[in-house]
Amino acid sequence: MNSDTPKKPQRSTAGGPPPASATQGKGGEPEWANGLRQLYDSVVDEPLPDTFRSLLAQLDSKD
Amino acid sequence: MSDEKRTATEKADFKRELTEVVPHLRAFARGLCGRADMADDLVQETLLKAWAAQDRFQPGTSMRAWTFVILRNAYLTDMRRNRFRGEYDETVAERVLTAPAGQEEPIHLSDMHRALLTLPPERREALLLVGAGGFSYEEAATICGCAVGTIKSRVGRARAALNTMLSEGNIPQRSIDDHAAHRAILEELDEVAAGQGGGRR
Repeated sequence: MNSDTPKKPQRSTAGGPPPASATQGKGGEPEWANGLRQLYDSVVDEPLPDTFRSLLAQLDSKD
Repeated sequence: MSDEKRTATEKADFKRELTEVVPHLRAFARGLCGRADMADDLVQETLLKAWAAQDRFQPGTSMRAWTFVILRNAYLTDMRRNRFRGEYDETVAERVLTAPAGQEEPIHLSDMHRALLTLPPERREALLLVGAGGFSYEEAATICGCAVGTIKSRVGRARAALNTMLSEGNIPQRSIDDHAAHRAILEELDEVAAGQGGGRR
């Protein structure tokens, strides 16, 4: 990770042009943008723990 | 109109929709507080609160957005009570993103998550809502009880920070045991909480 990585930009690009192509995905989004969704989707796709099933089942009696 | 008694059908609809958003609530909570067990506690709390407040839900509107508001408020309250410290979930560390073409080192999901957790809470939640949850800026603004411009600015700053951290492979270790850092986070949260006070109805 901390090895020399000549392709990567050295400075922040806030307000400037987008960063170098090494970090660019399609549509001009940085590659990590996909990772952010992957992080989210990986949780969405997890099987629901039993605790939630039982909690949802109990809700009807909580009126 | 919020006094209306809901019919059995409406209650069944509410419950079905609530059940459907649970995976999304879990994902949002995991992104916010970093630890799976705490995130799930937060979701359970949210479900109970949502159920208790179901008469305030407008059928036909977004259940996901409505419950996210409840979850976020519960999170902010719990944060101020010192329950969460943005701790990092080790199980994520085993997942690796595919290496983008032309990049030697793959970005690990763990790096992604850790970088996310170093962001100030209001920027983190803005980025989660828009960048991960797929909400529009307008929807995210409604959820956070702030102006659309504020959300845009928070997302922009969050993206710039992650860009810098991830493209340079320079992700600061969040000093979660550092009391000064923690206090700074809590102060930010107070501002966030104060900022939304007048915006909600």
